[in-house]
Amino acid sequence: MGELHEIWVYLATSPLLGLTVTLLAYQLGMWLWEKAGRSPLVNPVLVAMLVLVGLLLVTDTDYATYFEGAQFVHFLLGPATVALAIPLYRQFHALKRSILAVAVALVAGSLTAAASAVGIAWVLGASDRTLLSLAPKSATSPIAMGVAEQVGGLPSLTAALVILTGIVGAVIGSAVLDLIRVKEWPARGFAMGLASHGIGTARALQCHEVAGAFAGLAMGLNGLATAILVPVLVTLLF
Amino acid sequence: MIGYITLLLVCQLAGEVLARLLGLPLPGPVLGMVILFVGLMLRGHVPEGLDGTARGLLNNLSLLFVPAGVGVMLHLPLVMREWLPLSAALIGSTVITIAVTALIMRWLTPRNGGRG
Repeated sequence: MGELHEIWVYLATSPLLGLTVTLLAYQLGMWLWEKAGRSPLVNPVLVAMLVLVGLLLVTDTDYATYFEGAQFVHFLLGPATVALAIPLYRQFHALKRSILAVAVALVAGSLTAAASAVGIAWVLGASDRTLLSLAPKSATSPIAMGVAEQVGGLPSLTAALVILTGIVGAVIGSAVLDLIRVKEWPARGFAMGLASHGIGTARALQCHEVAGAFAGLAMGLNGLATAILVPVLVTLLF
Repeated sequence: MIGYITLLLVCQLAGEVLARLLGLPLPGPVLGMVILFVGLMLRGHVPEGLDGTARGLLNNLSLLFVPAGVGVMLHLPLVMREWLPLSAALIGSTVITIAVTALIMRWLTPRNGGRG
């Protein structure tokens, strides 16, 4: 037993464990997703998150220790975001054609995302700090965290809300779009990327390359729109 | 492949530098995406190796959000206390935002053959 304990103490402080369990939890999520007939209801990110949070709580491991290993996965978000230029380049002609639609949908969508989240949470009695942390939740996490800090929210809470927003969009987005009968891939992708940033984009890429390109575009543009519009909106509302 | 990973990182780095230099409210990777996009426009096509490298990253895009998502555990007490306004806001706002954005996109996008 003593030896096992020593091995655990060693592994718990090495980045190998955090990295490996992250990949294992995600593999489990992907496996369940395949088993469920690739239903968006079984979201691999959500499965992995639940498994990992449970594991960390049970083993009494803090997030900072876990992140020492997981940061290697987290780091790849940067180059992956840059790589979204490629699907975007492929859809440049479709994009040029819908430039007016993109501009109007961007401003309307960005304001709707922030105002509706703050409005609903306010009606249901959320605290001011929660409201301010919610406002930028549809933007990609580095922008959302910066905006949260600027308006007086909690950046780390915003980071969590951003990921949850992404998961919600990935899980129910296709159903909402089917319900309102929008079948065009550019419109579907743009809506997913605007409302649910990178996780919505990942889901859109699973559906169709055109949807993925418009989702990546919407993610980038809504980051910019959120950075400009949310501070203004907050000044008006609070 | 290493060459193209380097290219992606160089674009990201250039994006970080540019954002700080110009004081733009955008993260480095998003500006890096713009820089690579401009590069592809100038080049006129996507090099095959870059396409493969990008595909490898983008096929697993959702995995990359897991470490940040686990960070929700830092706020478990607050999330449990305000679970109702939070879940209603996240779900309600996402439904409304997706619907508004998609409908506007459809109304304003010219049909095939129309002038843009």
